[in-house]
Amino acid sequence: MDALAPLIAAALMAGTPLMLAALGLLVNEKSGVINLGSEGMMLVAAALGFAVAVESGSTWVGFAAGALAGAIMAAGFAWLVVWLSANQIACGLALSIFGVGVSASIGLPYVGATLKAASWAIPGLSEIPFLGRALFQQHPLVYTAIVLALALSWFLYRTRAGLILRAVGESPESAHALGYPVRRIRLAALLFGGACCGLAGAFMSLVYTPMWVENMVAGRGWIALALTPFATWRPMRVLVGAYLFGGITILTFHMQALGVPIASQLLSMLPYLATILVLVLISRNVDWIRINMPASLGRVFIPNR
Amino acid sequence: MKSSRLRLAFAAVATATACLWAAGPVMAKEPLKIGFVYVSPIGEAGWTWQQDLGRKYMLEQLGDQVVTQIVEDVPEGADAERVIRDLAQQGNQLIFTTSFGYMNPTIKVARQFPDVKFVHSTGYKTAPNVATTNARFYQSRYMAGVLAGHKTDTNVVGYVGAYPIPEVLQGINAFTQGLRSVKPDAEVRVIMVNSWFDPGKERDAALALLDQGADIVTHHTDSTATVQAAEERGKRAIAYHSDMQKFGPNAQLGAVTHHWGPYFTRTAQAVLDGAWQPDQVWGGFKEGMVDLEGFGADVDDGLRAKLKAMEEAIASGQLKVFSAPIKTNDGRVILAEGALDDDGLNSMDYYVEGVVGKLNKG
Repeated sequence: MDALAPLIAAALMAGTPLMLAALGLLVNEKSGVINLGSEGMMLVAAALGFAVAVESGSTWVGFAAGALAGAIMAAGFAWLVVWLSANQIACGLALSIFGVGVSASIGLPYVGATLKAASWAIPGLSEIPFLGRALFQQHPLVYTAIVLALALSWFLYRTRAGLILRAVGESPESAHALGYPVRRIRLAALLFGGACCGLAGAFMSLVYTPMWVENMVAGRGWIALALTPFATWRPMRVLVGAYLFGGITILTFHMQALGVPIASQLLSMLPYLATILVLVLISRNVDWIRINMPASLGRVFIPNR
Repeated sequence: MKSSRLRLAFAAVATATACLWAAGPVMAKEPLKIGFVYVSPIGEAGWTWQQDLGRKYMLEQLGDQVVTQIVEDVPEGADAERVIRDLAQQGNQLIFTTSFGYMNPTIKVARQFPDVKFVHSTGYKTAPNVATTNARFYQSRYMAGVLAGHKTDTNVVGYVGAYPIPEVLQGINAFTQGLRSVKPDAEVRVIMVNSWFDPGKERDAALALLDQGADIVTHHTDSTATVQAAEERGKRAIAYHSDMQKFGPNAQLGAVTHHWGPYFTRTAQAVLDGAWQPDQVWGGFKEGMVDLEGFGADVDDGLRAKLKAMEEAIASGQLKVFSAPIKTNDGRVILAEGALDDDGLNSMDYYVEGVVGKLNKG
């Protein structure tokens, strides 16, 4: 049991950046736009957030800068794909590649700078044996991500604004005909998604590994992208998917250190294998995908006035 | 028309050749142009950082006789070939290609530029104008193990590895031999993250090891994440590649480092003297290519002196890191007497006794 608490704590931590980014991407995709730029946005936010935190001495200002950086990049992306009707896949990939380079040059003077790692604990709850160590000694953003998942499932399926957002993703033509500003709604969704990816990136460089090195996001942006179909575009399933992925990654490390006789290469495959397995199981149920996948995902919409 | 143009071309070529001929002796006084190809940005610590320290050391030693040109962050593969060819075309007479994955591109370009000298790091293919170099990291790993042996209280030491390849296994096994020469009951727990560079995973692995009772962690990966994880938890770490005191002022016990400066200098000097040979250098303490440095404040003078003496014994060949008996952790006897030779080192595919874990062989 003693070994389990740090494992759970580490899994929650590992799942958080994935969940934050994937929730943002989910909102993008619910509005009908797929943004493959998540890796780039996370990287730029990680570099900028770290730089700002070092200069200002406050990680919270760093988080704000990271979210802002993500949103600004998303705004540029929105201008290209929503207003100029450029290809979403190509622009997203370009955004990711662009982000790799830009983040490297922003971060260059800060390679080797260090931030003080702060420890967090919820007074009272963190004293509980086992549960305290496993659940209640985390960075506030870990809980924020959980709240965000809950809030989004309420927003998307219980509010009028959420219904409109989904309508725009299902059939922008109909939404347009009803008088909803499709382009501005998509812009808002993209800005939100960018800010979420920015928070996730800043979490990487400010909390997860408090430092900046080039390419430190190391593919987590792409994993977040894969989490949205994995979760059949449902926020709470994103939560489950992110923790599952984080948990299996951490579990494989603990198994190796205990000397479990399984090849390390095989263990490193496990999180991905599990993801593919769940995807296969989900796609066997055609309705799950069909009901939840935005019908106009990735399609260009040009309003005829 | 056609023939006159052709004649003109011939004349141009002839003139150029004549000029080159005439310029020959003058050019010999020009500084030797040396190119460097780096696999990652230079940054602040790590493999490429150490290579660049070596380049700077060489510039200091040879002064005006050499000029250098660097290309950093070159991916291993097709891009590398283009970059190496560019460097050769720009007149670099000596080119250092500093990563394993540059091996085939280096050999290919070397064939096209027989007059240019190439030095490839950590590979095994050679050609008449390609030398190879590598460092015997395992020698300083052994001493790091001795250091850890003196400092561990839990008798569990964590090791974050990249891939289970001979280079990494040599380090783990040498470290374990050193550790158990001090604490015969101590064990080494290994986590392979299957990546050279993924700070997030390296940190997770280091924390998992610390959670399982390790009070010292070390790593064979490229980032500073392991040292930082130890710092965060108030535990100790032994850094790799570079001195990482800056990243773990309280955590760092020592750093296993490599030094290319003297080798680069010797090589460049040999080219200047016209005495260069396509040799294969695998240098350790004797050649000044590896070191254990950056000791923590609590490593006392007695222990430092002991390590210094050990370093000299390894350099002189008195102390062999992999000397018999060598037993694998599943009870196989590798070596009953003598010491492991270079072939034995290069084909290492096992964990020695004292390592927790199992290697699967395909």
